Amino acid sequence: MEKVLPILKRISKSSSSDRSIMSGKGYVSFMEQLMECVFTLCGLSAVAAVAAITIYMIISGTPAIFKVGITEMLFGTVWAPTAAEPSFGIAYIVLTSIIGTVMSIVIGVPIGLMTAVFMSEMAEKRTAAIVKPAVELLAGIPSIVYGLLGLLIINPAMGRIEKILFSNSENHVMNGGANLISAVLVLSIMILPTVINVSETSLRAVPLSVRQASLALGATKIQTIFRVTIPAAKSGIITAVVLGVGRAVGEAMAIVLVSGNTVNIPLPFNSVRFLTTGIVSEMGYASGLHRETLFTIGLVLFVFIMIINIVINFILEGGDKNE
Amino acid sequence: MKKTFKLLSVCLISVMALTACGGDAAENNASSTGSNVIRMSGSTSMEKFANTLKETYLADTGIEIDCQFTGSGAGIQAVTDGTVDIGNSSRALSDEEKAAGIAENIVALDGIGIITDKANTVDNITKEDLAKIYTGEIKNWNELGGSNSAIVVIGREAGSGTRGAFEEILGIEDKCVYAQEINSTGAVMAKVASTPGAIGYVSLDVIDDTVNCVKIDGITANADNIKNGSYALQRPFVMATKGSISEQKQEVQDLFSYIKSDKGQEIIANVGLVSAE
Repeated sequence: MEKVLPILKRISKSSSSDRSIMSGKGYVSFMEQLMECVFTLCGLSAVAAVAAITIYMIISGTPAIFKVGITEMLFGTVWAPTAAEPSFGIAYIVLTSIIGTVMSIVIGVPIGLMTAVFMSEMAEKRTAAIVKPAVELLAGIPSIVYGLLGLLIINPAMGRIEKILFSNSENHVMNGGANLISAVLVLSIMILPTVINVSETSLRAVPLSVRQASLALGATKIQTIFRVTIPAAKSGIITAVVLGVGRAVGEAMAIVLVSGNTVNIPLPFNSVRFLTTGIVSEMGYASGLHRETLFTIGLVLFVFIMIINIVINFILEGGDKNE
Repeated sequence: MKKTFKLLSVCLISVMALTACGGDAAENNASSTGSNVIRMSGSTSMEKFANTLKETYLADTGIEIDCQFTGSGAGIQAVTDGTVDIGNSSRALSDEEKAAGIAENIVALDGIGIITDKANTVDNITKEDLAKIYTGEIKNWNELGGSNSAIVVIGREAGSGTRGAFEEILGIEDKCVYAQEINSTGAVMAKVASTPGAIGYVSLDVIDDTVNCVKIDGITANADNIKNGSYALQRPFVMATKGSISEQKQEVQDLFSYIKSDKGQEIIANVGLVSAE
């Protein structure tokens, strides 16, 4: 097979410039070139879109940084864009996004990984036939629906807990359950499909012989899963986590409904605002510097996503070297 | 050679595609120079009303209105200086401003309703108590004669006209302690309806029977009480002119009679305002 490949490649290369075996006429060659041009153009459209978005985000996001001052913006804690003396501190907003994402990963990843293990290692065919479509369905549900469920189920429940915990508190602002925990719970459910699908694929990719060797050495099934299979699928599972982070950090529609959306320190029972929800909720009527600052929040979010992508590329490259 | 040709053609096509998108930007700038254009500037709260008026007026008469949204104070300053024809203000004019010869033409009234969830027994709040609720001084409904349940203070996002009006009328700009900031009127209604102990503010026209509408200082919120001035949570939308309307250029006079006409009144009702007529 390996010997055949180069020959095949040579054939396919020459066929674009030479005449086709299907026809003796020249127009086939022209068609080949035209289509190659079309394919290249389609390929470049994605690159062009990324480049355009990057340039646009930088152009529209940076002016406000210079007007407000980068330290004042990133480390300021007061967000009062329409006040007589406006203040554009987004420290709490950034912090909320980081903490909210980390918390949802802490909750979502173990559940997702265990589900993936269940589906690839434990489940009988019939059980897997129920679980797998369910997970796929979970991935297909629009994010706003998650938000509505959070609004109808999680928020009232949180409201009752809040009433018990903070009934005598002087400083706590009662928010009826629209708090960080609600948002984190919604987010951790939302990242499940990503985590499950990617880690299941990587678990299935671990060769059967590796498991058999472990079992033959006398390890139990559980020992094999935790000591052999999961470590062998490590790079895929890390990819799953990073993709989950990406999903959580970029989600807006679901959590805008459940998080309360006021700028506060991200404590569990505080009403909080994420980077995404900050943009969503204020873009409608914002003008002037306020609007420009919202673009800067978008830029911060963009940088976050870029970092996550660089990390994921780094991991994937590292994983290839290990193999 | 072939590769260069291919690359070139790819570049050419993409450049053509990109330039096709940027064509109409230059044309938009030329509009505000004609002499029959009505220039208007002022309140950001009146943005929705002004823009709707501008679009409908252009469609009906073909006359352009040039709108700037700089704030009520700046709008009145501009009309005093004569740089615009109409200064929009979402507050009544001061005596000083009137003394400077500015006519206070109230075109519409903006009313705000205070809503609570259905289970709430408090049906009347004074203006002072309302301010205290929103600044976080009053935290429990039992302080206002209601049941022992915490008040969940719900408001709109920064930049919202309703929020601006509400805080301005109560004199609590930037002092509010919100538990939830929500970015649409409908969502405020839904949140208040579903959250026990919640209080919120919305435009009067959207209130339905999923929530309680609270009286302010004993006055029910409705169009009649807003018109006769007894309901506290209201503010006038003023389109101020230098001198009375009859002294203005013909285009401006036409605009005011258009606002008074059925079509104008329809715009006022559509953007959730109460007619001043």
